[in-house]
Amino acid sequence: MKRVSSSLKSKCPTFACSPKRARRLKRAPCSFAPRRGQAWGNLPQHVVLQIFQHLSLVDRARASSVCRCWNDVFHTPDLWRRFEFELNQPASSYLRSTHPDLVQQIIKKHAQHLQYVSFKVDSCTESAEAACDILSQLVDCTIKTLGLISTARPSFMDVSQAHFVSALTVVFVNSKSLSSIKIDDTPVDDPSLKVLVANNSDTLKLLKMSSCPHVSPAGILCVADQCHGLKELALNYHLLSDELLLALSTEKHVNLEHLRIDVVSENPSQSPFHTIKKSSWEALVHHSPKVNVVMYFFLYEEEFEPFFREETPVTHLYFGRTVSKEMLGRIGLNCLRLVELVVCANGLEPLDEELIRIAERCKSLTAIGLGECEVTCSGFVEFVKMCGERLTQLSIMEEVLIPDSSYNMEQIHSEVSKYLGRIWFPDMMPTW
Amino acid sequence: MVVNTIHWFRKGLRLHDNGALRDSIRRSDSLRCIYILDPWFAGSSNVGINRWRFLLQCLEDLDASLRKLNSRLFVIRGQPTDVFPRLFKEWKINRLSYEYDSEPFGKERDAAIQKLASEAGVELMVRISHTLYNLDKIIELNGGQPPLTYKRFQALINHMEPVELPVETITAELMKTCVAPISDDHDDKYGVPSLEELGFETEGLTTAVWPGGETEALMRLERHLERKAWVANFERPRMNANSLLASPTGLSPYLRFGCLSCRLFYFKLTDLYKKVKKNSAPPLSLYGQLLWREFFYTTATNNPCFDKMDSNPVCVQIPWDRNAEALAKWAEGRTGFPWIDAIMTQLRQEGWIHHLARHAVACFLTRGDLWISWEEGMKVFEELLLDADWSVNAGSWMWLSCSSFFQQFFHCYCPVGFGRRTDPNGDYIRRYLPILRAYPAKYIYDPWNAPEEVQKAAKCVIGLHYPKPMVNHGEASRINIERMKQIYQQLSCYRGLGLLASVPANLNNGTNRQLQAGSGEDASAHEGPSRTERLHSTQKRRHEDSLNEGSSKCWRQSK
Repeated sequence: MKRVSSSLKSKCPTFACSPKRARRLKRAPCSFAPRRGQAWGNLPQHVVLQIFQHLSLVDRARASSVCRCWNDVFHTPDLWRRFEFELNQPASSYLRSTHPDLVQQIIKKHAQHLQYVSFKVDSCTESAEAACDILSQLVDCTIKTLGLISTARPSFMDVSQAHFVSALTVVFVNSKSLSSIKIDDTPVDDPSLKVLVANNSDTLKLLKMSSCPHVSPAGILCVADQCHGLKELALNYHLLSDELLLALSTEKHVNLEHLRIDVVSENPSQSPFHTIKKSSWEALVHHSPKVNVVMYFFLYEEEFEPFFREETPVTHLYFGRTVSKEMLGRIGLNCLRLVELVVCANGLEPLDEELIRIAERCKSLTAIGLGECEVTCSGFVEFVKMCGERLTQLSIMEEVLIPDSSYNMEQIHSEVSKYLGRIWFPDMMPTW
Repeated sequence: MVVNTIHWFRKGLRLHDNGALRDSIRRSDSLRCIYILDPWFAGSSNVGINRWRFLLQCLEDLDASLRKLNSRLFVIRGQPTDVFPRLFKEWKINRLSYEYDSEPFGKERDAAIQKLASEAGVELMVRISHTLYNLDKIIELNGGQPPLTYKRFQALINHMEPVELPVETITAELMKTCVAPISDDHDDKYGVPSLEELGFETEGLTTAVWPGGETEALMRLERHLERKAWVANFERPRMNANSLLASPTGLSPYLRFGCLSCRLFYFKLTDLYKKVKKNSAPPLSLYGQLLWREFFYTTATNNPCFDKMDSNPVCVQIPWDRNAEALAKWAEGRTGFPWIDAIMTQLRQEGWIHHLARHAVACFLTRGDLWISWEEGMKVFEELLLDADWSVNAGSWMWLSCSSFFQQFFHCYCPVGFGRRTDPNGDYIRRYLPILRAYPAKYIYDPWNAPEEVQKAAKCVIGLHYPKPMVNHGEASRINIERMKQIYQQLSCYRGLGLLASVPANLNNGTNRQLQAGSGEDASAHEGPSRTERLHSTQKRRHEDSLNEGSSKCWRQSK
């Protein structure tokens, strides 16, 4: 059997043996040596199952053609709990697709075994439509985890909303035990969320729906109100409201573990973002003291006004576009729970002051990444000194650091390494 | 015994620091310097006119220099495996010299020629002079694996023997024992062809911004060093608007074609540094340009799949989009983002763009905005960029698209903001996109946001005279960072929330053996397959799962 994983190799006796040993075994049969032509097909099924679990799908499928027993094992429900449908068109992707015959077989024989299902589609509408078709056929199943993932452009958004929603609700209605759903970048809407809630409110633990433009704050509020086991939620800022945070913090609700918020602007002249009251944030943290609040910003500089004016319990912050010096100053002031800060770009003025304030006040900070920014070498060393060894991730582009009278580029790496307690270099980009 | 020698120029188009040529002249009775022009290549669309022109100018320059030594360059059309047996016979050759080519296809081609040479009883003389070091030795030092991070590479360099000094230039004195048999019809038979003869349309072609040749290269080297000495500063120069324009001291195309020896450059830099900084030891960063080049050559030399994603052991398998229309817009400078379009226009017109400009357009094409494969971008650069050779081009594209070398992917170059910070006035845009010339600096980077009056006053309405932006950058980068995160989290098996921690730290650099004492690289001993190996086996497994060649019967019901 080829391609047994390396960890398996070390634990189980290998079937391949050296020529010398093989000769010995032939001459002196013992109970471990398989007799020619006899034992392979008679291996106990649970042994074959264990082996199959270590094989790739292709190898398993090949093995299933060997004999009836192995074919039976191939179709054991346990091997079909988890499946990832990959739907790609050659015109729009370099990746292969799950074979349509296999898809048919699964729907026919294994739909009821499926528990953890995901669909990976490329940027072609056809692929997303194929995913919807499969979804519509998963009638007799008890799916626990469902993921709809676009690997390139979000092609689910190109599918007709009616088609998508009806396919999705088939699963929502039939599974009745959904615990984890990932439907980012899809045309899901408020009515479908109502259906989800009506059938799965007891079991739902994770819901990721960033960039679902057809959902309204009321729609998501319905989920928070009814699904008290919800531990992880990902959505866009326009769906976030004071009511939502309060609903997630009621007594009946479990502790929220992870709240992911994407803040994206359509164009620079859109109406300003609403603010969330400090009291709503406080309620959230009071109810779920360990909650991680992850915020990803993709805004124009002037759109940041409403944010971080007051204490905000954000733990992981990513700025995908330029963020101003002033904003970084506010973060040092008001984001005391900060664990990770990643800044794509800032500007041409050194951020020394802002960084030092962050080091002072954000005592939980363990990761920082800076792209197109400027920091003087002395300021940077000061920052690292203050943070010390708690900084496990320090990713600074080389261009960020400005040599000054105290340090040049050669010295910076040894100074910083000293305070971090490990060898450190800035991130480099090829220059040629 | 009469020794008749051929020196075969491929890269290394120079007479200074040319060890192979230098050694082959010794005790040689006749010497012919040849360059083989593969006619198939001339027709292939993947080498643009600027690159051809540069090459031909290099050959002209070589020919002129050889004339001063009573010799000539022989330009021969054909494929090497056809050409050599004929020449061995016709010219009664018993010695062949050339500069070592470290690239996989170069090695393959040379292996074939070695075979032919040994069959014909021809002695071979091969010398390393395109790279600073013997790359195989670097790999050996790293336990038989090429280093996968630049930091690792630098650590290894610190342990290598010093770079060998450049070899003396070929002079008439050295050549005096050697005859170059030149016939009267040399120009017709073996002359350097013109662009027209190769089938190019030269009507309206502007003067080359980067003239090819060793003479030009050496002149530029002097100017380059003069400027450095005058500034007395060896730090990396901060980027400004002027850096974007072609510099008269720029050296990268000359290094690529070998008009300038990298070793000569190395030693001249060292000497200058020691003079200006009063004999202190030069830091590695002084040789940044040369070492990056060396790094990519090292990573590529044993990997024939280096320029592909599929089957490339060092490349992350990313589900790039296939979109010919989007690719064409990018390649032809019609994206609707003036910063990107200006850069691509400069590239097409002149054959060179600043390295930060390369980062900007590469990011835009791949992980930043269009999510198109780096292989496509690499092919466009191969056609247009003068200093892009196989190893460096492929390696850089993998780096810039975060497909390899354990790069952090969070920093995305904004196609509006990045340019605006570099050149706030927008002169670069006005120079290469004259249609936008009348736009005020406020709107020149995002003209689609300009009010109608401004557009009309500038006589350039967006959507009419200049394209609308082809993507919404905020939206595109949001989606793409999520994609990259998904891919990297799968690779590193990281389940946490941090963006930075998603990228696996390459602790062991693909080898289980560590460099001895004080290497400056942290190394942790561990058993079992290294992270890197596990990464690749996970990738392989995923790839196999979607394979279905010949396996369709498996899916059918067996009963």
